[in-house]
Amino acid sequence: MIGTLGTLIWRDVRQSYASGGTWLPVVFYLSAATLFPFAVGPDRELLLQTGGGILWIAALLATLLPLDRLIQPDLDNGIYDQLITRGLTDEVIAFARLISHWLSFGPPLLLAAFLASGLMGLEGASLWTLLASLAIATPALAGLAVIIAAITAGLKGASALGGLLLIPLAIPLLIFGAGSLSNFAGNALLFLGAVSLLLVAMTPFAAGAALRATRE
Amino acid sequence: MNGGQSTTSENALIADGLCCVRGDRMLFKDLNFQLEPGQAGLLTGPNGVGKSSLLRLVSELLEPFAGTVSVPNSKALCDDKLPLDEHLPLGKALQFWTQLDGRTDSDMQAALEKAGLDHLAEVPVRYFSTGQRQRARLARTYLSDAKIWLLDEPANGLDAASVEHLGTVLQNHLDSGGIILAASHIPLPIKFDLKLALEPIVQAA
Repeated sequence: MIGTLGTLIWRDVRQSYASGGTWLPVVFYLSAATLFPFAVGPDRELLLQTGGGILWIAALLATLLPLDRLIQPDLDNGIYDQLITRGLTDEVIAFARLISHWLSFGPPLLLAAFLASGLMGLEGASLWTLLASLAIATPALAGLAVIIAAITAGLKGASALGGLLLIPLAIPLLIFGAGSLSNFAGNALLFLGAVSLLLVAMTPFAAGAALRATRE
Repeated sequence: MNGGQSTTSENALIADGLCCVRGDRMLFKDLNFQLEPGQAGLLTGPNGVGKSSLLRLVSELLEPFAGTVSVPNSKALCDDKLPLDEHLPLGKALQFWTQLDGRTDSDMQAALEKAGLDHLAEVPVRYFSTGQRQRARLARTYLSDAKIWLLDEPANGLDAASVEHLGTVLQNHLDSGGIILAASHIPLPIKFDLKLALEPIVQAA
């Protein structure tokens, strides 16, 4: 079982780093961070106040970029059919996809956030709070991406629908995540952790049910 | 796999009163058949009659509307999808299934030779022709080491010599105690123990 999971995850991770798709959210993230100071002007106080929030919104938008590559290709070429025929459940497949997607989404995004905070002039406690909040939230963002990709698989205009689905589901993450930037006591981070755990725990079941429905 | 000695019925493919409904339409009902190890079954019938759906039912990808199907655990489905990563060379793409099915590299080499693809192992799958893609589907089925092979139009796109060769591989599988259930419009050069002719159901009302 563990060996099977490992094989599934390794294939996905290798494929996503090899295809370069992993770096797309990173480039997007850095572009957003670069454009923002041009748009609002180089006022240091303003950038310090708003920069963290902007980086959080950019992280949500970066979540949308890989949606069409997460589930659809493997569904089309029958890889999931073959896995089900081997007795794997949809939940296990979705769980493996969650792990493999986080591995190719979370670490690069954190790296990009680190670089982008430099552009916003964030440092010290704000920098570390931002990185901590993103580190806590990326598994949940990866989970949401997997759920949405599974729900919209096979639909026309899936990417537009994906954006609409993500926004309401990601609001709790944004509230507590961006909230943690001005709350150094750490309560917001605890709430963020709770929301993140909930979404991660939901992912295999929600995405698994959506995968099962694609076969009907 | 399933723990040493097992009775015949555990290794057989048994469909009992199978009924399949797809999108409010009943494709077939009360389908009964049984295939023992070493036996082959052929599905025939016009397009859209439910041959592929029956194969997906047996693969446990679809739930029967009514009835039951009992299948050995190790089964391989070969349908019109090619579950290989297009940008990878064939050998690398098959590696994934080799690992997943707990096979070795020499098993993979043997499967490639059986499918007549051993000279294409280094070529990315996306460059394959129709016939070569079909042979790649077959190679993945041979590699799986499954007891029961569920083949949906296995001879599609193959030239006459390849169909002949496919017949030999299928016969070897049957001789070693395997089961085959195939849907094919192209005559396959093996003896079928069971021929199931599916007919469209005329809907009342």
